[in-house]
Amino acid sequence: MSESEPLLVLHEVRKSYGELVETEVLHGIDLTIERGEFTALIGPSGSGKSTLLNLIGLLDRPTTGSIRIAGRDTAGLDDTELSLLRAETLGFVFQFHHLIGALSAIENLMMPLSVRSGRLREGDRERALAALTDVGLAARANARPSEMSGGQQQRVAIARALVHHPALVLADEPTGNLDTITANDIFALLRRFNRERSSTFLIVTHDPRMAARCDRIISLVDGLVDSDVRNLQAESH
Amino acid sequence: MPVSLFLALHFLREYRAQTGLTIGAVAVGVAVMVFLSALIDGLQTSLIDRTLGTQAHVVVSPNEESARPLVVDDDHQLRHIERPAQRVRPIAEWQRIDAWIRADSDVVATSPAAMGDAFATQGSANRPVVILGVDPARFDRVIPVGQRMTRGSYRLEGAEALIGIELAADLGVDVGDKLRLATPEGSDALLTIRGVFDLGNQQVNKRWVLVPLRTGQALLGLPGGANTLHVKVREIFAADRVAERIASETGLSAESWMTANQQLLIGLRSQSSSSYTIQFFVFLAVAIGIASVLVVTVVQRTREIGILRAMGTPRHRIAMVFVIQGGLVGFLGSLLGAGLGAGLSFVFARLSQNPDGTAMFPITLTFELVLAASALASLTGVLAAALPARQASRLDPVEAIRHV
Repeated sequence: MSESEPLLVLHEVRKSYGELVETEVLHGIDLTIERGEFTALIGPSGSGKSTLLNLIGLLDRPTTGSIRIAGRDTAGLDDTELSLLRAETLGFVFQFHHLIGALSAIENLMMPLSVRSGRLREGDRERALAALTDVGLAARANARPSEMSGGQQQRVAIARALVHHPALVLADEPTGNLDTITANDIFALLRRFNRERSSTFLIVTHDPRMAARCDRIISLVDGLVDSDVRNLQAESH
Repeated sequence: MPVSLFLALHFLREYRAQTGLTIGAVAVGVAVMVFLSALIDGLQTSLIDRTLGTQAHVVVSPNEESARPLVVDDDHQLRHIERPAQRVRPIAEWQRIDAWIRADSDVVATSPAAMGDAFATQGSANRPVVILGVDPARFDRVIPVGQRMTRGSYRLEGAEALIGIELAADLGVDVGDKLRLATPEGSDALLTIRGVFDLGNQQVNKRWVLVPLRTGQALLGLPGGANTLHVKVREIFAADRVAERIASETGLSAESWMTANQQLLIGLRSQSSSSYTIQFFVFLAVAIGIASVLVVTVVQRTREIGILRAMGTPRHRIAMVFVIQGGLVGFLGSLLGAGLGAGLSFVFARLSQNPDGTAMFPITLTFELVLAASALASLTGVLAAALPARQASRLDPVEAIRHV
């Protein structure tokens, strides 16, 4: 992949649902995200935010239009190739953490590391522990998700999204489920990774205060980009 | 360690009660299979052993004489041909034929005999018997009588005889007593009883009188001859084949125990097939049990499957997680079940004993049986997991992640 090429390029992306009655949810999205950006995606319910996030996350395919990610065109890739591309380039943070309850914190972090080879290898545990240390949870490495607080769980989820150093981290309402203080902590953590590692983030949020702290705010209304602005007041500047 | 195995183990461990119950269900199925097989195998083996304890695997004898019409022309149409009386006839060149049969690699031992009907008399008591003029050492290798002696010893010389325990009781004689044998042809002999045997078969115990071959030949008018060859084969179910070979090569009549005991074999076979039918349905129930638990597990795991898929886990690996779970449940259940079945077999064998302390239901529990049951149960687990695994691998990650 060429370093000069943007990390993510969407061109005329449309998405329709339904077979008998077709409903178009996205009406042609053009969007470019550069490496190292920290972007908020906002919009009212039903604006198509989640649909767009699923398309960028390669969990769904656009009806028409193209998505290039990390220099690769995703059109024509089969399910296995898409899975591999997800494993190599993407990290996900969800509103309800979605940790695997049967596994300890550190084992959860080992999952993204083992996706490519299909095996748990020697170095995985150390790498996972290092990632847990980054989010301040090394001491809870062997705790189950059910033994941790909501904030701790979300920090483990963030560590999991970043442990394999993905080019792009997609976060869907990462603080939506947390109290204000914990939400601020989590947001600060995301910003820190963006600053220290130049990880690229795309954060879907309902919360205008959260959006106001991102470098770029894309607003989606009725399946179209309504506004796309640089936010000069964001904290990192 | 493969990730699929790692996840399967952790998933099974997370819902311990559910896993335990499923393994228990498999164990019960395997226990039934092991127990039933061990019982039926044991029963059949002992039935066959008991049957073969009193008869040779193959009995070779001269062909029955057929009636030959003496006059056949257009004027005389024969309406009825009388079957000639069966005389005691020797096997021609029996030594050569005996040597030829013994050279067969499927044959373990042979024993020539001069065999025929007679009456045994002692005082006023009179019983029909079968004279078996044999070489005791060779006969013992085909039908082991030596170890079944209740009184006296298994030895025969000159004018001596071994008789069955029932005949001894009927005639009121014992070891050392005299016994007179008379044949329909009119020859007779006075013999000393050397021993009394019990072969566990009333007909045999009532009728058999073993005498030395030479004595038998003299009594039956077969000087130097033998009219029967008793054959023991290596593999009892090959007896049919061996008998056929002997008959076609020698032109003699050769009857295997399998022909002589067709009813028994049919009985054993239908017993086996009913046992297989029961086992098939038990395994079907086990398979349905495993499958239904795994289907529920897939629903329970929907969100986790979604997150694993989002991380880039390929479909086939998701499917593998559930296939391994099915296989592990089947395998662990089979180990437990084999132990349970073995325990059940031994307890059952203990509880049902004959008065003499031997098991009424002999149990044959072999390592092969346990191995087969384990392999079958593991395979059943894997096959039962196929449907749920497919269902899991086809989940749409977007919907799976939103699943509550």
